[in-house]
Amino acid sequence: MDVDDKDPDVAVEVADLVKRYPRAPVDSVGGISFGVRRGEVFGFLGPNGAGKTTTIGILTTRIRPTAGSARVAGVDVMADPVGARRVLGVVPQQNNLDRSLSVRQNLLFHASYHGVPRALRKTRADELLAQFGLADRANGRPDDFSGGQIQRMMIARALMHDPTVLFLDEPSTGLDPAARLFTWERVAQLKAEGTTVVITTHDMEEAATLSDRVAIIDHGKLLALDTPIALVKGMAGERTLDCLVEAEDATEPAAVHGPLDRLSAVDRVEELDDPEVSGWRFRVYVQSDPASLVAVVAQVISDAGARLVDVRLGEPTLEDVFIHLTGRSLR
Amino acid sequence: MVTVRAGRGRPWSPWRAFLAILRRDLYVTGRELPFFLAQVILQPLFLLFVFGKVLTQLGYARPGYVDVLFPGLVALAAVLTGFQSTALPLVIEFSYSNEIEDRLLAPLPIGAVALEKVVVSAMRGAIAAAVMFPIGLWLLGSIPWSAGAALGVSVMTVLGALIGAAMGLVLGTFVSPNRINLTFALVTTPLLFTGSSQYPWPSLTHIRWFQVVSALNPMTYVSEGLRGLMAPDVPHIQTWICFVAAIGSLVALTVVGLIGFLRRALG
Repeated sequence: MDVDDKDPDVAVEVADLVKRYPRAPVDSVGGISFGVRRGEVFGFLGPNGAGKTTTIGILTTRIRPTAGSARVAGVDVMADPVGARRVLGVVPQQNNLDRSLSVRQNLLFHASYHGVPRALRKTRADELLAQFGLADRANGRPDDFSGGQIQRMMIARALMHDPTVLFLDEPSTGLDPAARLFTWERVAQLKAEGTTVVITTHDMEEAATLSDRVAIIDHGKLLALDTPIALVKGMAGERTLDCLVEAEDATEPAAVHGPLDRLSAVDRVEELDDPEVSGWRFRVYVQSDPASLVAVVAQVISDAGARLVDVRLGEPTLEDVFIHLTGRSLR
Repeated sequence: MVTVRAGRGRPWSPWRAFLAILRRDLYVTGRELPFFLAQVILQPLFLLFVFGKVLTQLGYARPGYVDVLFPGLVALAAVLTGFQSTALPLVIEFSYSNEIEDRLLAPLPIGAVALEKVVVSAMRGAIAAAVMFPIGLWLLGSIPWSAGAALGVSVMTVLGALIGAAMGLVLGTFVSPNRINLTFALVTTPLLFTGSSQYPWPSLTHIRWFQVVSALNPMTYVSEGLRGLMAPDVPHIQTWICFVAAIGSLVALTVVGLIGFLRRALG
């Protein structure tokens, strides 16, 4: 069976996928459908318990769905789990390295489970160990390594059998910033090499940085699916200027509020209560690029008898998209 | 940039994955062989020494007792080592270390991963049982044996090791990790002393309830089978019954163990 040339454009196909665990009152995954294109980085964004890990579990043949279908690299994961396991790689959330083996042996044995010929697995292990900065400690036991290094080992291990689709479950949870950056660079590199990567994350920055497209998921439902830019573009009302204003001639905030509100580029103005700050704070919601409006806003405030002393520009993020869709924040 | 691709499109047989995970377990067992042997031999060694040598020399046990005890201890070593090699490691690999996951994600049926565990544990059990023979010779000077028993003894010993491994599969997958210590304590000792390893089962007619309990322990049929083959003069359950009961309990335990394994491995 050659799975590589069944459908050259689609790496993962999911249709009406449902998972309800025994005795659970609601579905963990409530009928989701999506497709991942070959060669793209696909991000699953949602809070803990949203159904991301369950979905990945189904796609990686470890969880049996209640209904629906899923194919990875053209292989039906329910009908042919063994075939699916040949073409997918998994980097789990938690350390599951083989503690009885050295780092290098972890890679070699993994490759042998997948039938990579002996000579090839040695060359490949050496390459990956060097690439992941593990070559000098290749004979150490996994127990002696830091979280970031364990993460690298698990990615290197998953790449040993050259998977068509790589699944990374919460790749940077619990990592320090440097390790996180390293992981991000590796994902970008894998994409450049043509590997399809599916990541789950509850970190909107990670989703926005890594993903070509992001699926926002909550309570087992797919709420939105698009490129990060397109998702954010739908949130035009969320572009803001946060202004800190000091009164000069003006005696009350309304004197500034009114003229700001009357600007044609401004949607609405909110007064923010902040007892920590002396002065008045306004959040100005705008239609266009907030940076281009700073001068105009400063002029209006000055004309109203006050002075703009601080301004912060707010661009909408995936977090805002999530709040907009669910009414809750991600964490 | 990785230049060496793993290469795919070759015909695939899950047997290759099975042999690869078997090789992994044999490699780890081989590397720890001295520790493994020390761990599995100590208990039967002391049982053999105290019951077979000390009590006999002090006159509390009859000299013929060795004919009862030795085949029973071979059975004990096979079953118990098979059991211990599966049960606790499985619990740990499924809960604390998760390290079985990499094998569950290998391209072979999930059930085959469980069967591989049983095969490796049975190998360990068979090794432990085999080691009892030189130890018995060294400690006791001679061991019960009858001509032509070699094949039957080998098959029954392997059956015993498989039974123990399958018991471990059942326990290791059905018991929740936080209760494993208690369960181990509650299971191991009764298993050790109700398997007709230190007494011939047919002589229990006066302690009927204990005879019934012993009949429920699959180890009884291994002990009795080995006794019938190695020391036919000692009262024993007929050998063919022992084989049928041993194979029957092996099949039943393996099926239940596989169900437990699939429950643990698949969500």
